[in-house]
Amino acid sequence: MSGYVLEIKNLKKSFDGNGVLDGIDLAMGDGEVVVVVGPSGCGKSTLLRCVNGLETPDSGEILLDGAPISGMDMVQVRRQIGMVFQSYDLFPHMDVLGNLSLGPVKALKRSNDEVKAEAVQALARVGLADKLHALPRQLSGGQKQRVALVRAMLMHPRLLLLDEITAALDPEMVREVLNVVLDLARDGRTMLIVTHEMRFAEAVADRVLFLEGGKVVEEGRPADFFHHPQTPRARAFLDTFEFDTVKKA
Amino acid sequence: MRDLAVLFKGNNPARLLGGLGVTLKLSLISVVLSIALGLVVGVLMTLKNPVVRAVTRLWLETVRIVPQLVLLFLVYFGMAKAFNLQMSGETAAVIVFTFWGAGEMGDLVRGAITSIPVHQRESGAALGLTQGQVWAHVLLPQAARRLVPQAINLTTRMIKTTSLVMLIGVVEVLKVGSQIIDAARYDAPQGAVWVYGAVFLLYFFACWPISLLAKHLEKQWACQEG
Amino acid sequence: MDTSFMVKFLPMYVKAAGLTLRLGLAGIALSLVVGALCCMARHFRVPVLDRVAGVYIELARNTPLLVQLFFLYFGLPKVGIKLDAETCAVAGLTFLGGAYMAESLRSGLESVDRVQQESGMCIGLTPLQNLRYVILPQGLATAIPSIGANAVFLIKETSVFSAVALADLMYVAKDLIGMYYKTDEALLMLTLSYLTLLLPISIAFTLLERRLRHAGFGSAV
Repeated sequence: MSGYVLEIKNLKKSFDGNGVLDGIDLAMGDGEVVVVVGPSGCGKSTLLRCVNGLETPDSGEILLDGAPISGMDMVQVRRQIGMVFQSYDLFPHMDVLGNLSLGPVKALKRSNDEVKAEAVQALARVGLADKLHALPRQLSGGQKQRVALVRAMLMHPRLLLLDEITAALDPEMVREVLNVVLDLARDGRTMLIVTHEMRFAEAVADRVLFLEGGKVVEEGRPADFFHHPQTPRARAFLDTFEFDTVKKA
Repeated sequence: MRDLAVLFKGNNPARLLGGLGVTLKLSLISVVLSIALGLVVGVLMTLKNPVVRAVTRLWLETVRIVPQLVLLFLVYFGMAKAFNLQMSGETAAVIVFTFWGAGEMGDLVRGAITSIPVHQRESGAALGLTQGQVWAHVLLPQAARRLVPQAINLTTRMIKTTSLVMLIGVVEVLKVGSQIIDAARYDAPQGAVWVYGAVFLLYFFACWPISLLAKHLEKQWACQEG
Repeated sequence: MDTSFMVKFLPMYVKAAGLTLRLGLAGIALSLVVGALCCMARHFRVPVLDRVAGVYIELARNTPLLVQLFFLYFGLPKVGIKLDAETCAVAGLTFLGGAYMAESLRSGLESVDRVQQESGMCIGLTPLQNLRYVILPQGLATAIPSIGANAVFLIKETSVFSAVALADLMYVAKDLIGMYYKTDEALLMLTLSYLTLLLPISIAFTLLERRLRHAGFGSAV
């Protein structure tokens, strides 16, 4: 056993001849939080989607707890990996409880009562105790994303994938969602996060991966990466944020 | 395969195609009239006037609820008696199909116009375009892209519905088919399966390319809008 | 208008309307079954069946019911397949309606956001569970208006059944016109019969559609 929760070896993926991932390597230990940053179209989302089989890699290997997922039943793999998307992923025809219990009850065959008790507790923890029977359309964007996080966590995944979960939110709602993620990090959850929130990335990450052109261009501790980027391309990328901030202010 | 030959006997192929010609002619006349009238009706439907709205709405609901064959009977038998007017089956058919088609087309036009977001109109106005220019350059081109595939689909519905006119005595492709079968009752007792099979295929090959065209345009324009 | 004539022949219309409704509903029910099967074959891209369903849908949607019925009722017996008129009528209606229902169901399922399907996968649902708990409830809600329109369309289409010698509403009306020359009465009762049959169905689906829209799920922003 390697001791890694997730290992990615020389992962390659292209769409219609356009290389999106061009040999990615990554190993994540238990409880580690890795944040992936990079310009749009650099392959961040594709990387996450390959990990739980929403995309099939062209070549390379992905190991979950040392076992290659290519040989496993994808349904089983996904039961061990949680994923939250940018938006619109709550089931609109079910209330919050229905959303939360669908996976644990139907996929994991746990009892309804047990799951409900856990759901109530988990909702309280993210400040949504009173929303148990609310419908998704009655929730704000930030509330929806918090429910989506709880939904993923109730599967007790080995690994959580977060794909730009605040990108579609109004600015004032970003914080409430990111606080939940920070909380999960403190609990020692293993997470692979794609985000455009650089300050958040710095706060939550144990390690930062800078992706560009389908390759890992720079990798390091957040303090180093954000304040002393080593490569010119990482520096240029981080500069665009500074420039944007100034211009918009 | 017995009796397949009846299809190709004498001038039978020409007669069948002639029948198809009648079918297509009736459809085409009705479609052209429907589209012309439908454009006017559709614009009327977007007006806020409650009387106009109620009347057009009633029209649309009527042609949606009453079967076309019933409409054909109403016009062919009913009008003939009411006005002592002997009209041919073909005339009755064109009247009915146009009445039906214009209602449907009107609703399509209404749908296409109202589907354009208000801000498109406002953006046009904000650029300083006149009302007419907004219609010509902004609204109509967008409405047309929605409308054209649907109008083409209406044509195939029209062609299929013309099969009903044999029931009010018009000799179109299906009727020609049954005449051929009747004439060859003794020479080719199994002729019916081949002749009706052929009529089935004739209808299919008349409608299918049109359906494909509509689908193609719909897909292409949907892509361009991104 | 000769009201006593109308009263006298009312029972005939009621009986004929019963036949129209019975055959129509049978056809609609079977169309939904055929439509659902075709839709599944296409949705899961079942090899061969996917293609078969595709060809069938194109054939049925691009030919008139009357021609389909003539083929079934007059054509098939000549090659030894004898079906009685009612069976033919229901078979024809199902052949036509199945294709329309398949398309309605399919566009309903396709309207469900891709992320919804992926979310279901991400919480470890099997493809069937995903279909049952996530995709179908949303897709069906979207498909209801067009299923309703199909139901009305199919009952209207039953008006051609008289052509294969079924004593439906058209048949009775034609009979009365031919035998008694009571054209006005026959046509009025014919029109009223269809309105009585179809208005409730049409209104019911409109209300159902409105309720679903007010429940307003779909991708609520």
